[in-house]
Amino acid sequence: MTQDIINLIKENVIQGRVTQDDEGLEEGMVGKPGVTELIDEALAADIGVRDIIGQGLSAGMEIVGDKFSTGEFFIPDMLASAEAVGAAMEKLEPHLAKSGIKAKGKILVATVKGDLHDIGKNIVSILLRGSGYTVKDLGNDIEPQTIVAAVKEEHPQFLGLSALLTSTMTNMEDTIKALKESGLRDGVKVIIGGAPVSEEFAQSIGADGYGADGFQAVEVVESMSKGS
Amino acid sequence: MARPGVLIAPYQRLRLAQVEQIHRASLAILNDPGITCFNRNAAELFSGSGAEVITTGRPEAPTWQLRIPERLVMEAIESCPKVVKLGARAEDNCLILDGAESRVHFASGSEANKWLDTDVETFVSKRQPTRETELAIFREEKGTTERLAQAARLCEHLDSWDSFLRTVNIQDDDINSHNKDVNKFFVSLNNTTKHVMSGLTEISKLGDVVRMARIIAGGENELRENPIISFITCVVKSPLQLVDDTTQKAIEITGLGIPLVISSSPQGGSTAPIREEGMVAQINAEILAGITLTQLVNKGTPVLYGSVPVRTRMDNLYDSYGVPEFSQYNVDCIQMARYYGLPCYSTAGVSDTAIPSIQAAVERLFSHVLVALAGAQYVHYAFGLLERTNIFCPVQAVLDDVHIDMVKRFLRQPEVSEASLADCLEQVRKVMTTSHKLYVRFVRRALRSGEITPPYPFEGKGQTDETLVLAKQRLDKLLSLPAAHLDQNILDSIFQEVPGLLPRLRNL
Repeated sequence: MTQDIINLIKENVIQGRVTQDDEGLEEGMVGKPGVTELIDEALAADIGVRDIIGQGLSAGMEIVGDKFSTGEFFIPDMLASAEAVGAAMEKLEPHLAKSGIKAKGKILVATVKGDLHDIGKNIVSILLRGSGYTVKDLGNDIEPQTIVAAVKEEHPQFLGLSALLTSTMTNMEDTIKALKESGLRDGVKVIIGGAPVSEEFAQSIGADGYGADGFQAVEVVESMSKGS
Repeated sequence: MARPGVLIAPYQRLRLAQVEQIHRASLAILNDPGITCFNRNAAELFSGSGAEVITTGRPEAPTWQLRIPERLVMEAIESCPKVVKLGARAEDNCLILDGAESRVHFASGSEANKWLDTDVETFVSKRQPTRETELAIFREEKGTTERLAQAARLCEHLDSWDSFLRTVNIQDDDINSHNKDVNKFFVSLNNTTKHVMSGLTEISKLGDVVRMARIIAGGENELRENPIISFITCVVKSPLQLVDDTTQKAIEITGLGIPLVISSSPQGGSTAPIREEGMVAQINAEILAGITLTQLVNKGTPVLYGSVPVRTRMDNLYDSYGVPEFSQYNVDCIQMARYYGLPCYSTAGVSDTAIPSIQAAVERLFSHVLVALAGAQYVHYAFGLLERTNIFCPVQAVLDDVHIDMVKRFLRQPEVSEASLADCLEQVRKVMTTSHKLYVRFVRRALRSGEITPPYPFEGKGQTDETLVLAKQRLDKLLSLPAAHLDQNILDSIFQEVPGLLPRLRNL
């Protein structure tokens, strides 16, 4: 029974199914429990959170990663699976502490002031959640002071800033300056991304890291997490 | 099962009233000035069928002026099959060309004298000696049996290439006018399971070619049911002349009931009026004259309406395939064929320049899109032709395959239904409940079904254009695949029964 549910969680991560309404890669899956319903079943059956994460979510995601690297899976498959894992982690979050599991880390993300484009930020959020991070998404067109206030309140380890426009990328620097002025800069790693920015630009405005795409953003966060 | 082609709702450049006006103009041309005929048999056939035939020319070299009445033309159109099957060694590769259905297929063509090989060489920048770049360099060779075999193998492996129309003129030292036909057809048929179409060099070899095709198809009736070969004859020399040699070929081929393309290729501005309506009225008259002849020879014999109108270049009087008028002429001809309900053999994808290049890509894709949009059932010249139709370049054919795939994907009919819209609305509602507002998860099925166009396969990563280098790599890979050769027992029969075959070609 326990192993059956865990295996189903793993399989549904591979299929990228968040809920029972989602179709998977195979036919005939709509109506069968997705990852979120299976997490509820697992918790009701007193299955350990560590096993759910290790043998279900992580094991599924590992297979998805392998299939992606061999070309069998595509980016939409990765994102669907990551979304399923993210939804599962959200459900498991209240149970992590009592299970003795330390959260991987908290990340605030925002598209900076003047910029309404949020696709890149949303993809990064899905992938980070899928990797086990707690992501708080502040939205788009966010004033530096609003970001500063959120950092003060949430105490995240990372802040992800996104911009699509050359006219708004300069607001990333303003946000970093605002963090410095409020004395919060040293407590948070700032990582930037978006079409017009680059590694050089990140260095020039005093950011800690740069992700060329969603996958690289996760790599940068993982690398900084290990280093911190 | 036949090759699917792509079924489209055709673009109509001409209004119906204009089509009818051009039709009437063509009939007027067939009556006055009529057609100048250099073939006695054709003149007699027309004369015996009620056309007014006036003998002209010198007594030792007579010619005949044919005034073809509307009745004869309309009866011929009526008796032409409206659906023509072009068979193939592999059943799935046959083509069903239905004059009433705009299902587009792409084929090669020309019988070019020159074959353009591609080498990739490394170049060093003079200004920056540490900078090296790989570039494609081209080398002209003559057409040979080996190269024709390579082209047929390429056709076999390129999915957009629906039918093989001989690409190069075989000029090996041991090929002559007497053995060219059998060896040309053999090399083609031995290397592709798709339909093979070609012209005939010597009418006396028609029987040998047909004997070979019967052996491969399995017999006389089997070849009739599955015509794995067809012929093309340019019976008309523009303006308005039935040539002795090609007209005789048309008469003999249609006598056997094998599918035949009646083609005409006038040049707007030199051998036809440059104005669109004048050009189309003339070429339509020329094709109708040829088609009428085929039905007088053998009522009901399958023919394709073969339109190859081009425009004259005014700087050198060569054909020009890259100008927009070329596509206008061809689109109009496709409409004329549709008006008669006849399957159309049309023309697209040729460039005026001599090497694969930006100019080549622009010119060929321009006509690929427009002519296909007009709904020709059989678009020839679509692969690899450069310097008008003088050069066949296999790397260019590899590029064309990708570009034609893009054209075919674009041409697919939209599938809007209550069910599909309900599915989309469900997606919209689902996505709007998420924080990320992304539709990517709904892409996954379509990605696997091939419904979604993949990225351009020859996209480079650096600061130089790698398209040709990558296309060359793909060409080499395709040519390393095994050939779809005929079975040994069929090869034995062919080599026993068909005279003129070169033994060295058996395993080519």
